[in-house]
Amino acid sequence: MTRDEALFQFLLRLGDNTLVLSHRISEWCGHAPVLEEDIALANTALDLIGQTQLWLGFAGEVEGEGRTADNLAYLRDVWDFRNLLMLERPNGDFGKTMMRQFLFDAWQSVLLSKLLSSSDTQIAEIAEKASKEVAYQLERSAGTVVGLGDGTVESHNRMQEALDDLWPYTGEMFLGDEADEVLAQDGIAPDAASLKPDWDELVGGVLKSATLQIPSTKFAHKGGKTGTHTEHLGFILADMQFLQRAYPAASW
Amino acid sequence: MKPSIDQIWEWLDAVPDPEIPVISLVDLGVIRDVFWETDVLVVKVTPTYSGCPATSIINLDIETALKAQGIEKLELRRQLSPAWNTEWLSDKGCIKLEEYGIAPPQTAGGPAKCPRCGGTDLFRISQFGSTPCKAQWRCQSCLEPFDYFKCI
Repeated sequence: MTRDEALFQFLLRLGDNTLVLSHRISEWCGHAPVLEEDIALANTALDLIGQTQLWLGFAGEVEGEGRTADNLAYLRDVWDFRNLLMLERPNGDFGKTMMRQFLFDAWQSVLLSKLLSSSDTQIAEIAEKASKEVAYQLERSAGTVVGLGDGTVESHNRMQEALDDLWPYTGEMFLGDEADEVLAQDGIAPDAASLKPDWDELVGGVLKSATLQIPSTKFAHKGGKTGTHTEHLGFILADMQFLQRAYPAASW
Repeated sequence: MKPSIDQIWEWLDAVPDPEIPVISLVDLGVIRDVFWETDVLVVKVTPTYSGCPATSIINLDIETALKAQGIEKLELRRQLSPAWNTEWLSDKGCIKLEEYGIAPPQTAGGPAKCPRCGGTDLFRISQFGSTPCKAQWRCQSCLEPFDYFKCI
């Protein structure tokens, strides 16, 4: 695998993560439990779309075949997506949505802090921009997890269920492959497994304050990073890509 | 004759922010550099938030304003780093924000006082608001909700 092939895969992973999660949480628009949360989720989705444009835009440049961020978002099929499986999972209730957001925000914040010193200038610049937004999102998602976890019996139980359900999907974040190794050697991106200690510390601290129990299972669902997805991603794409598929090259 | 760089900054300072029209794009701190590259005027623009939908309108407004002043060869360049932060808001901009009813950003992380009554007993309603750059707060003295320009 060449450096550019590995870089293209890595950028797709970053951009597809933010794209798919953005689409998922935008499903809450008009449905969140209170107006302020509705607005907050839509704003978070917007930040994620902005980050997607930067990552996928750069992916298209690296690939060098003239594909734009829009082309990559709207004209690839399921097996070409590289997002983590956790992010395509259905939202569940509000608590579960926020638990997933927190687990992902924590991982993004650790990853982006390492990418700030990437040997690739453009990655470092995008990471600098995104990390400010992610820090703000993490503050909110961590606060919500603590508020609901250490809340009523009902909210506590729902947050524990959410954590139990999502936990087996977190392992995939730390599983590296050939693309990760190539980039780690060049100092472009950190080795996937190297992010775990910082993430464990961050997540462990918040979940403790939230009075939630980390599940003991070590099992990790995997496949998203290489294009083997759950059945849920196809439904997201059918919704998200409909317009460009039905009316190719339609523009605003 | 080419207009001077000072003149161009002055023109840009008359272009309002599309979402908060009381402050200019220069007040907002998104214009990072202006210079001539032979006969082409280069304006470097940085986004506030990466997904802010106003970014493309901002570029369009800069182009329209400068073309109206007779600048024909113009190039807008996106600059990501250093990332935009609220310290780049001008003092003039902060005063105008407050007069408009938006509490300006504070390094302490929350508004200093209610932009309507000056009260200091404040309550955060949500970390987000009507645009990516704002949060919603409420004054416990006059009971009015207000926008706070997030500090990042």
